[in-house]
Amino acid sequence: MGNDKSPRHRATAETIGECGGCESEQRAKHFERERPEDGREEILRPSTSPLRDLMRKRDFYAGGLMLLLGLGIALKGATYRLGSLMHMGPGFFPTSLGILLVLIGIAIAGAAISSSDGGEREESILPANPQWWAWSCILMSPVLFIVFGRYFGMAPGTFACVFIAALGDRNATWKSTFILATVVTVFGVSLFSYFLQVPMPIFTWGGGL
Amino acid sequence: MIGTSLTDLWNGFGVALEPHNLWWCFVGVVVGNMVGVLPGMGPLATISILLPLTFGMKPVAAILMLAGVMYGAQYGGAICSILLNLPCHPPHAVTCLDGFPMTKQGRGGVALGLTVFASFVGASWGITEMIFLSPLLVKAALQFGPAEVCSLMLLGLLAGSTLARGSPLKGVAMTLVGLFLGSVGTDLETGSERYTFGMTELDDGVELIALALGLFGIAEFMSSVNQIAPINTKYTNVGLKDLRPTKADLKKAFFPMWRGTIVGSLCALIPGTGPTIASFVAYAAEKKISKHPELFGTGLIEGVVCPEAATHSSVQGDFIPTMSLGIPGDAVMALLLGALMIQGIVPGPQLISQHPDIFWGLVASFWIGNILLVLLNVPLIGIWVKMLAIPYRFLYPSAMFFVCIGVYAANNDFFQVGEVVAIGTFGYILLRLGFHPAPILLGFVLGPRFEENFRRAMLIARGDFGVFVERPISAFFVAMCVILIGTQLYVRLRASKGASKGGAGHADASPPISPQMVQQRIPVTPAE
Repeated sequence: MGNDKSPRHRATAETIGECGGCESEQRAKHFERERPEDGREEILRPSTSPLRDLMRKRDFYAGGLMLLLGLGIALKGATYRLGSLMHMGPGFFPTSLGILLVLIGIAIAGAAISSSDGGEREESILPANPQWWAWSCILMSPVLFIVFGRYFGMAPGTFACVFIAALGDRNATWKSTFILATVVTVFGVSLFSYFLQVPMPIFTWGGGL
Repeated sequence: MIGTSLTDLWNGFGVALEPHNLWWCFVGVVVGNMVGVLPGMGPLATISILLPLTFGMKPVAAILMLAGVMYGAQYGGAICSILLNLPCHPPHAVTCLDGFPMTKQGRGGVALGLTVFASFVGASWGITEMIFLSPLLVKAALQFGPAEVCSLMLLGLLAGSTLARGSPLKGVAMTLVGLFLGSVGTDLETGSERYTFGMTELDDGVELIALALGLFGIAEFMSSVNQIAPINTKYTNVGLKDLRPTKADLKKAFFPMWRGTIVGSLCALIPGTGPTIASFVAYAAEKKISKHPELFGTGLIEGVVCPEAATHSSVQGDFIPTMSLGIPGDAVMALLLGALMIQGIVPGPQLISQHPDIFWGLVASFWIGNILLVLLNVPLIGIWVKMLAIPYRFLYPSAMFFVCIGVYAANNDFFQVGEVVAIGTFGYILLRLGFHPAPILLGFVLGPRFEENFRRAMLIARGDFGVFVERPISAFFVAMCVILIGTQLYVRLRASKGASKGGAGHADASPPISPQMVQQRIPVTPAE
């Protein structure tokens, strides 16, 4: 009995967790209604502690991030002149945004905390197969573009940017990466330097900019 | 009124048919169609990549081209979903449901042919709607004071964040982040710097292109890299003569096509409901009124043409609030509006009277562009299908270069390239935390104008918040906001009550989703 109902119950919890929009009041009512009826709560949470459950919840972090962000915005905004409602200073609008963001962050995180989502549904922040190598390649690509572009010019910058980005793919080989980077460099430099006149030297040495 | 609209439209055709403008419109739709077909590239990323290229162009040509990318991508996206079962773009996710079974039955060509036709009908309707509704809206909007503009923007922002994908609360959070990012830089009224942390490069604010490319370029690449399954090209052998539908097909498709068109155009009028919602609603409605709803999902032509017509009529209809009120409905529209602003054109109700060439030229170019797309899609179907086979490992590194050079070219400064890395990282974290970054762009583009009007309204009203409900038009918009929030709460309350009914069903109803789509999961539509 308990077993065949549990997925359903989980669906309920999930919906609440994701909805976030409902007020905590409704949620509280909902659980008051649910709990006394049956003791399913115990079945759903076998041995994991509530804290460990929480660590698995994406929405908890999502709310937390928004809370921190809002806090930062509001605190920094308060250092600018706030002014009055009639004559608002530069700090008024961003500070109110920050406060709103804090409230919403609390609501998102609160929804995650109060939904009793069992440990079965893994809600990891990292994807199933994290691509650290590919991610760093992608993020390094603009960085190399900046470094090589500034000190050696557009062509080396382009080559480095495409080369490192292409290395991120699982199936990349040195040869195909090299060919791709060369093709994009030739095409890109002719498009942007000759046709669109982007003011960036094709080759330079030591940072002409 | 109608007479002047038609004369203006005639002049618009004159503008759009100038060789220079025609050429860029053509470039736009070709590029759009191409990225629509390519899995892993979205119109948002493409428009932001192309944005820096338009700095040197005249405003008309620039906007014609960027808009062309937008609706061109809708044509291409259908190819991808019908032949590969890959909903590369969210609006086409429903098309997969019946489109791919048709492909498996060997009738993919027919589905494609009728889709092109339905798209054209839907788009034409959307354009007609734009011609006649925009001047009316403008007439009303010219009476707006700061309070009205402010509450209208609030409505637009709320609708854009709560009706779009994902959790409404998270959408609102994203809008707030966008509004905040819009306030970075020099304060317009007092000239003091905000959140620049001493970096002079930030005085002009966060660069729109860096923001768009970070969120929709780098963050998307990070979530798609090594995640895109090799494409199954088993069914992609489609030639020109496969496209020709039989008479029976045409007959079956005729009414669903029109119904989809109407649904799409209605959805376009509600702010914040873009093509994705339109296509879902259209499909659900078509299924409901059908005599044989159980056959949906097995390859019915109705299930293909109806959502496609809805998508296209809503895509064109979305331009109405964007161009006539200056309030974009979704991120793509926000980006187009941003492109106009970069060109020095102030969006808002005065746009049509001050820059009739832009507005009417754009409307006329929609017709021309759609005709071009039909011409491109029907005979050249083989080429588009071949493009499906371009592997992602060549695509994203090349795109990375365009991202870098595009952001650089915006200001000829490497600082913005660094900005794009930071925003991209932040965007990917947001994606992983279940946020959909599109409302950020909406908030970012509207933010400065929202703040300006808010401050002005408060100044006029001597700091009295009552002004928003005392003035009737403003009160109407505020009431709409309240209704919107109320409905959301009500729906959620009901959903949590009846989760046992709906909760499990949603997962089954959505089509097979490709890895990159997992990030941007199709919203659970209200129609369900």
